[in-house]
Amino acid sequence: MNKEEFLSELRTKLSGLPQEDIEERISFYSEMIDDRMEDGISEEEAVEGIGTVDQIYEQIMSDMPLVKLVKEKVKPKRKLKAWEIVLLTLGSPVWIPLVIAAIAIVFSVYVVIWSVVVSVYAVNLSFAAEAVAGLTGIFICLKTGNVPGAVFSLGAGFICAGLAIVMFFVCVAITKGVIKLTGKMLTGMKTAFVGKE
Amino acid sequence: MDIQLKRGLLDVCVLAAIKNEDSYGYQILKDMKPYLELSESTLYTILKRLENASMLKVRSVEHEGRLRKYYHITKQGLARLEEFKEDWKEILSIYNYITREDSSHE
Repeated sequence: MNKEEFLSELRTKLSGLPQEDIEERISFYSEMIDDRMEDGISEEEAVEGIGTVDQIYEQIMSDMPLVKLVKEKVKPKRKLKAWEIVLLTLGSPVWIPLVIAAIAIVFSVYVVIWSVVVSVYAVNLSFAAEAVAGLTGIFICLKTGNVPGAVFSLGAGFICAGLAIVMFFVCVAITKGVIKLTGKMLTGMKTAFVGKE
Repeated sequence: MDIQLKRGLLDVCVLAAIKNEDSYGYQILKDMKPYLELSESTLYTILKRLENASMLKVRSVEHEGRLRKYYHITKQGLARLEEFKEDWKEILSIYNYITREDSSHE
């Protein structure tokens, strides 16, 4: 590959980056290749020594902060025309509520999911409370001489204690699942926003 | 070598390569080669980082009908080099402590 081919390939590959960054990179690599050639290295070898376009791209991506990438995506590729600004302003009573509604929907989905988690924990807590109540109930029953009542209380206490323990593991599993799910939702929204490269 | 340690060293090495006279990308790579092998992309990132930290200044000079960027160390850059020397003294004394002769546990 010669220098021109290499640089144009690099330019295409970097097209998602801010324009000034691209120009600076291109001139840097161009200077590097020229200096190598001046040192008596053939054009072909000079280009090869720089590394492949994919290698360079990967390194740039790992160095570049995510915020900058997102900013570049969001930034309009051209200046907004006057009529577009007018339209945006006039349309604001329509699109601002729509944006708010969209955020509200996402928020309510989160609330619904997490309220399920909260209610599961509440059920678990009530089992635990019932277990404690059942076991203390024995003493009250015994004091009044109510033996069948004491036996019933003991049984109910043990059943609830057992349920509480089993439920606890169910709760943990559900919480873990929900955390994973909401994480996936977030990634999904991010991908929808930034788009796949 | 530890990545964090190496990263810090690379910055200082590039500063050292331009501390006596202004230099350009290819020359810096050649000067550093006996000590540290750098790729062009890595050098670019380091130069950019140093420029943003105003430890060096860039100017374009015409050379053989094209532009070449020369890097000039600033006061902050020189101060960073001095700081590095001080840091290194500290590291050396720690090193001496770590590798000291073991005499008490015979």
